[in-house]
Amino acid sequence: MSELEGGARLARSPPQSVLDDVWMHDFTPVASLIGGALIGLAASLLLLVTGRVAGISGIVARLLLGAPGGRSWRLLFLAGLLVAGLAFRVLEPAAMTASPRSLALLAVSGVLVGAGTYLSHGCTSGHGVCGISRLSPRSMLATVTFVLTGMLTATLVRWLGAGV
Amino acid sequence: MKRSAQRGVTTFSAGLLFGVGLCVSGMTRPSKVIGFLDVAGAWDASLLVVMMGAVGVHFVAYRFLIARRSAPLLADRFSLPAARGIDLSLLGGAVLFGVGWGLGGYCPGPAVVSLASGAIGAFVFVAAMAMAMFVTGKLMAVASEGRRAGREGRRS
Repeated sequence: MSELEGGARLARSPPQSVLDDVWMHDFTPVASLIGGALIGLAASLLLLVTGRVAGISGIVARLLLGAPGGRSWRLLFLAGLLVAGLAFRVLEPAAMTASPRSLALLAVSGVLVGAGTYLSHGCTSGHGVCGISRLSPRSMLATVTFVLTGMLTATLVRWLGAGV
Repeated sequence: MKRSAQRGVTTFSAGLLFGVGLCVSGMTRPSKVIGFLDVAGAWDASLLVVMMGAVGVHFVAYRFLIARRSAPLLADRFSLPAARGIDLSLLGGAVLFGVGWGLGGYCPGPAVVSLASGAIGAFVFVAAMAMAMFVTGKLMAVASEGRRAGREGRRS
């Protein structure tokens, strides 16, 4: 099994039927809904209380390039993200796993994500969660675009097979 | 507590809650994200449910709690993104982001949280992302400065 497929099939029980192999092995609807709701809650808290949008690509980019509104709140938000990660590292380390992709591919991926999120002024949190919730046409279009492109890419990577 | 300190505590708490949400939902597991994006394999719809949960909550909060306010609770004004049209930068950027996301299974939020796990891949991704943001930002600034100077030059 190639490294590409290995990641998506970790710790899976043997398929009971042909359908098992193509349909939602790792589907975790309850955890996803709860986690998603927490993300929505966090974004709502930030916007209601401080007036800021929880768009992580923008937060990071402005820290690097300088920004109106200053660096403090952005550093505090990122610190919160990191502390959450540290808490899970101690309590539930399986929540964070390594990407199945090679380091070289991750570097390329990082460059594309960095450039792309800068140019489109947002990512899954900024456009996908916050923008769509405000019914922003830009965000809805951007989200559909990057989700479809992501799907095309990931599917192509599987078909092109090993070597990455 | 001073207002600015209250804002600071809230901001940190929001980041913490956001990070917890990412970990609970499995979004800090790139293989799970790829399981959603890879439509040819055994498809994992979890990411869709995560988005539904997040947008579900934030949409309601925005519509019924936030939108009707003239100012946030502890700040003078809302800092919502400037109104921009739909342009090549938006679409091209979204395509680039999508390709990168589909390749690695990381997007900015989960990658930052994953730094705490010590995974070398997360560090490589975040470093590359930060570098690319910086370079793209500088290039765009130079480009728009050049366009502006060109317009002023023609006027004189």
